[in-house]
Amino acid sequence: MPRNKDLKKVMVIGSGPIIIGQAAEFDYAGTQACRALREEGLEVVLINSNPATIMTDANMADRIYIEPLTPEFVTRVLRQERPDGLLPTLGGQTGLNLGKQIAESGVLEELGVRLLGTPLETIRKAEDRELFKEMLQEIGEPIPVSTIVSSIDGALAFAGQVGYPLVVRPAYTLGGTGGGIVNSENELINTAARGLKHSLIHQILVEQCVAGWKEIEFEVMRDGADNCITICSMENVDPMGIHTGDSIVVAPTLTLSDKEFQMLRSASLKIVRALGVEGGCNIQFALDPNSFNYYVIEVNPRVSRSSALASKATGYPIAKVASKIAIGLTLDEIPNAVTGKTLAAAEPVIDYVVMKFPRWPFDKFASANRRLGTQMKATGEVMSIGRTFESALLKSVRSLEIGVTGLALPEASVMDDAQIRARIATPDDERIFYIAEGLRRGFDIDEIYAETRIDRFFLNKIKNITDYEQRLRSAGAEGLTTDLLMGAKRLGLSDGTIAQMVDLDESEVEQQRLEMGVNPVYKMVDTCAAEFQAETPYYYSDYETEDEAFNTNVRKVVVLGSGPIRIGQGIEFDYCSVHSVWALREEGIKAITINCNPETVSTDFDTSDRLYFEPLVPEDVLNILRKEKPEGVIVQFGGQTAINLAKPIAEAGFNIVGTSVENIDLAENREKFDNLLARLNIPRPPGGTGFSVEHATAIADRIGFPVLVRPSYVLGGRAMEIVYNHKELLDYMATAVRVSPQHPVLVDKYLIGKELEVDGISDGETVLIPGIMEHIERAGVHSGDSIAVFPPRSLSEDIKRQMVEYTFQLAQGLNVRGLLNIQYVLHKGQLYVIEVNPRSSRTVPYMSKITGVPMVNLATKVSLGKTLAEMGYRGGLWQQPKYIAVKAPVFSFAKLLDVDISLGPEMKSTGEVMGVAENYPAALYKAALAAGYALPDSGTALITVADKDKQDALPLVKNLVRLGFEICATQGTAKMLEAEGVKVRVARKLDESSPNIIDLIRTNQIHLVINTLTKGKAPERDGFRIRRAAVEMGVPCLTSLDTAEVVIEVLDAKVAGEEAPIIPLQEYV
Amino acid sequence: MQAVLALEDGTLYYGRAIGATGENWGEVVFNTGMGGYEGVLTDPSYCGQIVVMTYPLIGNYGINAEDFESKRSYVRGFIVRDACAIPSNWRSQGTLETFLRQQNVIGLTEVDTRAITRRIRTEGTMRGIIATGNVDGRLLSIRAREVPDLSDQHFIPEVTVEEIQTIPGTGGPRIAILDLGAKENIARCLRERGCEVVVFPASTSAETIAGYHPDALLVSNGPGDPLRADYAVDTIKQFVGKIPLFGICFGHQLLALALGARTYKLKFGHRGANHPVQDLATGLIAITTHNHGFSVDEQSLLDAGLVVTHRNLNDKTVEGFKHPELPIVGIQFHPEASPGPRDANYLFDEYLALLQQEAK
Repeated sequence: MPRNKDLKKVMVIGSGPIIIGQAAEFDYAGTQACRALREEGLEVVLINSNPATIMTDANMADRIYIEPLTPEFVTRVLRQERPDGLLPTLGGQTGLNLGKQIAESGVLEELGVRLLGTPLETIRKAEDRELFKEMLQEIGEPIPVSTIVSSIDGALAFAGQVGYPLVVRPAYTLGGTGGGIVNSENELINTAARGLKHSLIHQILVEQCVAGWKEIEFEVMRDGADNCITICSMENVDPMGIHTGDSIVVAPTLTLSDKEFQMLRSASLKIVRALGVEGGCNIQFALDPNSFNYYVIEVNPRVSRSSALASKATGYPIAKVASKIAIGLTLDEIPNAVTGKTLAAAEPVIDYVVMKFPRWPFDKFASANRRLGTQMKATGEVMSIGRTFESALLKSVRSLEIGVTGLALPEASVMDDAQIRARIATPDDERIFYIAEGLRRGFDIDEIYAETRIDRFFLNKIKNITDYEQRLRSAGAEGLTTDLLMGAKRLGLSDGTIAQMVDLDESEVEQQRLEMGVNPVYKMVDTCAAEFQAETPYYYSDYETEDEAFNTNVRKVVVLGSGPIRIGQGIEFDYCSVHSVWALREEGIKAITINCNPETVSTDFDTSDRLYFEPLVPEDVLNILRKEKPEGVIVQFGGQTAINLAKPIAEAGFNIVGTSVENIDLAENREKFDNLLARLNIPRPPGGTGFSVEHATAIADRIGFPVLVRPSYVLGGRAMEIVYNHKELLDYMATAVRVSPQHPVLVDKYLIGKELEVDGISDGETVLIPGIMEHIERAGVHSGDSIAVFPPRSLSEDIKRQMVEYTFQLAQGLNVRGLLNIQYVLHKGQLYVIEVNPRSSRTVPYMSKITGVPMVNLATKVSLGKTLAEMGYRGGLWQQPKYIAVKAPVFSFAKLLDVDISLGPEMKSTGEVMGVAENYPAALYKAALAAGYALPDSGTALITVADKDKQDALPLVKNLVRLGFEICATQGTAKMLEAEGVKVRVARKLDESSPNIIDLIRTNQIHLVINTLTKGKAPERDGFRIRRAAVEMGVPCLTSLDTAEVVIEVLDAKVAGEEAPIIPLQEYV
Repeated sequence: MQAVLALEDGTLYYGRAIGATGENWGEVVFNTGMGGYEGVLTDPSYCGQIVVMTYPLIGNYGINAEDFESKRSYVRGFIVRDACAIPSNWRSQGTLETFLRQQNVIGLTEVDTRAITRRIRTEGTMRGIIATGNVDGRLLSIRAREVPDLSDQHFIPEVTVEEIQTIPGTGGPRIAILDLGAKENIARCLRERGCEVVVFPASTSAETIAGYHPDALLVSNGPGDPLRADYAVDTIKQFVGKIPLFGICFGHQLLALALGARTYKLKFGHRGANHPVQDLATGLIAITTHNHGFSVDEQSLLDAGLVVTHRNLNDKTVEGFKHPELPIVGIQFHPEASPGPRDANYLFDEYLALLQQEAK
C-alpha cells in the first residue's frame, strides 16, 4: 500500500547521549530515518539531547530540538509542533521507552498524534516479560523456565525450585544494566537488588541459565501487510553468557546447518508476526550445540545495535526501510538503493565474512573488572569484512587500535602454561589472544572448547592462523617466497605480524611485498553476492584476483575516520568526518572515506563517493592510497586515530591536506612545543620531561607540588594523574607507567584555576574563533568530563582579547590550515596554555550548532586552499549567539564495576548532551536533566569531603539546607558543620557497625552524595566504596565541588528550567 | 594438487583440487545460498552442471546423509572459496572433501569465486571444464567450446527412479509423483501431510500411472532443458482435465509446455535461497529457494489462457501459474525448500485444500 497521505509532519525521537549499550548506531539510524521520511515529502521534527550527532544537523530535519529526552520535554515539543505522527523506534531503548510512556500518558490521543511503526501493544508484548512469555507460549515457541518478580524474596523462591545458575535480567534497561549470572543465594540477593533498582518498572526476570549454548541472532523486517523477511543472521563467537554487545559476532551464522538455520529463521518470522512488529526487529536465540533444542532469549522490536551492524554487514539500509514501513509503505514498494534494481523485499545474501569486535574501555579503567558477563561493558565496536573468517578476525584485531598487529599479546608469550590456561578460562576482553597463545603452545582444541564453549569451528580457524605463523617462523626471512607471503596475506596476516615471524622490520616486509606484487584487491558489498550489478561504492579488501573498485581519473581526497567509539574519542569525530566529506563534495571533489566503525553515519553507503571498510592502520590505509592515488588525505577530523596516521602517510609520499605533519609534530612534541611557546612569549605551566624516576622527581621538586603527571603519549588523558607529594609521585611511576628514555613521563605544575577552551579555523592568514568556552570544573578535571558553558560567564574583555591574540599567534606559529583547539587555564589572573591540538576537537559539533558557524566545512575548504575571506568569513572572535549553551558529560559508571567515578585528569565520560536556553540557570537545568542527573528536590544529602575541601563545602551545605535538604555526614565533617550551625545527622563510618553509610545508601535513605577525593586511589578506601554504592543504587554523586555548586544553581532554577522555552536549532542564530 | 576451471570464453581460474581427480565438463552456474550446500550437492536438478557457491566458507558443518535430497551427488564439479577441513556440528559425519571424493566429484577451492560469479552474471551461463593436476588451461577452454550444450543433453534417465515406489500415507490422498529428478523433501512434505506417495520413473506411461488411481499428479523438479522431456509432456497431457496437476520447477515448466505455453533460457538463471516471490492473489511476499535456468514465457502463458499467480520481484519473471478452471498449478520455485527458507511450505497445504475441494 502506498504511504499514508494523512501524514504531513512526523516527529522522530533520538537516543540521546552515548552511553555503554547505546552508542553511535542510533545517530546512523536516526539520520537514515530523517532522510527517508523527507524523501517521502514529509516535514520532520526531531528531538535529541546529543549535539554531537549528524541527525541534529540543521539540514537533517525541518525542526530540531536539542532538548532533554524526558516525557515532559517530548510532550512540550509535541504540543509546540503538533505533528501527525510520532516515530519512537529509531531512538534505541531510550526512544522506545519514551514512546511508550508518552503513548500511555494519553497525550497522543489528546493531540491527535499517531504512534508510527510498531504498535504500542507490540512494544508492551516484547518488553514486558510476562506478556512476552505468554505470547511465546501461545505460539509454541520455547523459552527458558523463568519467573518475573518484583522482590528479592520472589527471586529466592524461584531459585529454590530450579536451582543455580540463574540469569537475572531487569525489565526495561539498556545493555542489561543491573543484570548478571548468579551461582549462589548471596549473588542472587545482590544482583536482584541492583536489578530491581535499575528496572523502569521495578521488575526482574530470573531464568534458567543456558550459558555455553550458541547465541544466534536474526534481524527481521516486517511491513504492515504482513510481509516478513530476515535481513541478516548473526552468530556470537562467544556463547550464551556473554552479552551480545560484548561478544565477538560473525555474520552470517557459520556453524549452523541449513536445518538449524531454517528452524530459527522460521521461528523468527513466526514471532515477529505474532508480535505485529512494523519495521525492524532483533531476535536472539540460544541453540543447544548438541541437538535441535533452542530457546527464544530476547526480542527488540526496534532498530538496535545489531541492526546497525546488520545494515553495514549486508548493505541493506534497515533504518531507512523501517521508517518507510512506519509511514505505510510495503517491502515491494521500497527500492533497494544498493542495487538500484531489486526491491527491499529481497533478503540480502553476502559473499564474505563479517566480524564485529567490541572495543572495551579497560585501557582507561585499569581497575575495572574486565570479566565479561550479561552486563555490557564495551563502549564501541569495530567491524571487518574478509573473504575468510581468518582475514576478518585479523582485520578486526587491527582495527581495535590496541597496539597489536595480530593475535599476539606481548605479555602472553612470557606467561607459563598454567597462567595461559587460567586466562583462557576467564571470559574477558583479551581471551581470544590467550586462546591463540594456547594454540601456539599446542593446547588441545577440545580442552579449549571445554573451557570456553567457543565452537570448535572458530577455534580451528584461529589455529589456522597460529599454524601459519609457525610456517613463517620456520621459513625465516630467506624462505619468504612469493607463495608463502601470498598465503599469509590471504589468511589475513598483517605485514607487522609477518615481520615478527620472519624477524624483519615491518617496512622490509612491506617493501618485499610490493616488489613481489602481492597487493590486495577490493570487493564490493552489494547485498546480493554479485548476482546483480550494484551501484554502491562500498568496498573491502582481500587478497583475491579480481579488483572491482575501478580507478577513476577525477579529483579525489581521502577522509580518514576515527575508528571505534572509545572514551576520549567519540561520535563527535564521526560528525566531523561526515561534514568534511560533504564539504569535499560541495567543492566537486570525490570524497573517499576509510573507517571501520559500523555504528556511524560515515560508514553509511551513501555518505561518501566511495567507502572503504578497512582498519585504520598504516598498512591497510596505504594499500588504499596506493590504489586510489588521491590528491590528498585529510587527517584532522578523525581524532587521534587519523592524526597518528599522518606521519606514515606523508612518509609514503602522499599529501596531507591541511596542517602539515611537521606542524602536527611541533604541537605534540613537548620540547619543540616549549620552544615555540618561548619564542612566542606565551606562558605555560612550568614542567619538564622525565626520562627516569629520579629525573621526574627532580623536575617535581623544581616546580613544586602538586604536579600533573602523564606518559608522553596520551589520548584523552590516559593514565594522567595529579599528585600532591613524593610518595604519590613514586606510586604513580611504579604502577601507572614504566618510565624509560623511550617512554618518558611529562611532569607539569598543576595550576588551580579556571579552564578555558577555544576552537578556531585558521587559513594561514587569519583565524576564525567561533567562541570561548568556560569549564565549570576547575583545571585538573579532564575537559571532556567537565561541564562547559558558552559564552563564558565571567571573563573580562582583557582576558578574551588575550586569548584571541594567543590563538592567532599559535595558529601562525604552527602554520595551521584547518581546525585547532587550545586549552587554557586562568590562574590568578594569568592565562596559561595547557595544550594545543591542530585538529578537530570534541567541542566542534557543539560550537558549530550553537554559533551556526559550519566549522568543519570551513576547515575542510581552507585546508584545500580557500581563504576564510573568500567564503565570506572574517577572522577574530565570532559574534555572541542569542542563547546560552551548556554541554554536560554523561558517564556509564553503572555498567563498569570497580571503576572510581571521581573526576580527575583522566577522561571517564562516554557521551555528552547540550542544554540551550536564554539564561544560564535554565540552560544548566536542561543540560543536567538531559544528562540524566536525577537530582532530588529534597531528601538527605550525604557530605563526605576531604579536609582540604571542607571550608569550600560549607556554603554549599548551607544552600542545600536552604533548599530543604537534610544533611548527613560522618563524625569529622559533622563536627565542622555543626560548629557552623548546620543541623547534621551523624552517620557511621564504614568500619563501624551497621547501619553505616553504605547501608544508608543501599536502603535508599540517601538522595544525594557529595564526596571529594581523599589522597590515594586504592579501591578499598571508604570514599571509593561510598561512590560505587551511590552509582549502583542510582543516587547522584558529585565528586567536584564546582559541579556541586552548579547543581545547587540548577535546583534553584528548577521551576525556571521546567518552564524555559524549548528552542529549535533553526532559531539559534 | 592444482585444479583449474576453464570457461569457454577463455577465462581460467586456478586453485587447489579437492575431492576427485581428473576432468569433467558441464554448464557453469552459481548458487547464492549461504548454507545448505549438502542439499545443492545432492539436488538432481544440478545434473550436468558445475556449481560455484558464492558464499566463500563451505563445508563448515560437515556432511550428513540425513540432509541429502537424493541418494548421491549429481554435480559435475563443485567450486568454493574456502572448503572447511575440520567441520563442526553435532550431526556431521564427514568433511566436504571426503564426500566429493566418495561421490567422484571434482572440487576446486581457493579461487576467487566472486570473480567467476561476476563473469557468469555479465556473460551469461557458460560451458566449462574443471580439471585437476598440471593441465593446460588454454587447451581446456578451447575444448570447453566443443562440449555439448546443456539443452542438447538428456539428463532425466540419469536421475529418475528405476522402478515405481510406493510410500504409504496416513489416510491422506494418494499423490503420484512423476520423477524427473525429484528432491526427496517433496515426498517428505506430502507424507507429513498424511499423503500416500507413489513415485514413477519419468518414462512411465500415462496408463500405468492411471492404473494406480492417484488423486493427483505432481510433476517434479529436474535437470536440463524442459524441451528435452517431451515424453513427459505427452504423459502430462493425458491427465489434463482428469485429475489435479501440480508442477514444481522443471515440472512447472513441463505443465506449461503441456498446456501450450513456451519456455526460454535465462541468462544466468536463479539459484539461491533469497528470492522474493509475490503471490499475486494476496500480494504477500515469500522468500523462496530457486534452482532454474529456464523460465516460462509470460506472454505464451497468457496466450494459452493461463493465469500468472506468482512473480519474482527481482526480475519480474513468472514464478507460478494456474489454469483458470481446472485444478492445475505450476510453481517455478521450491516450496519444499531444503535447502532454504520454508516460507512457501504453505503451498503444499494449498495443494491439498484444492484436492479436497475437487474431491467434493
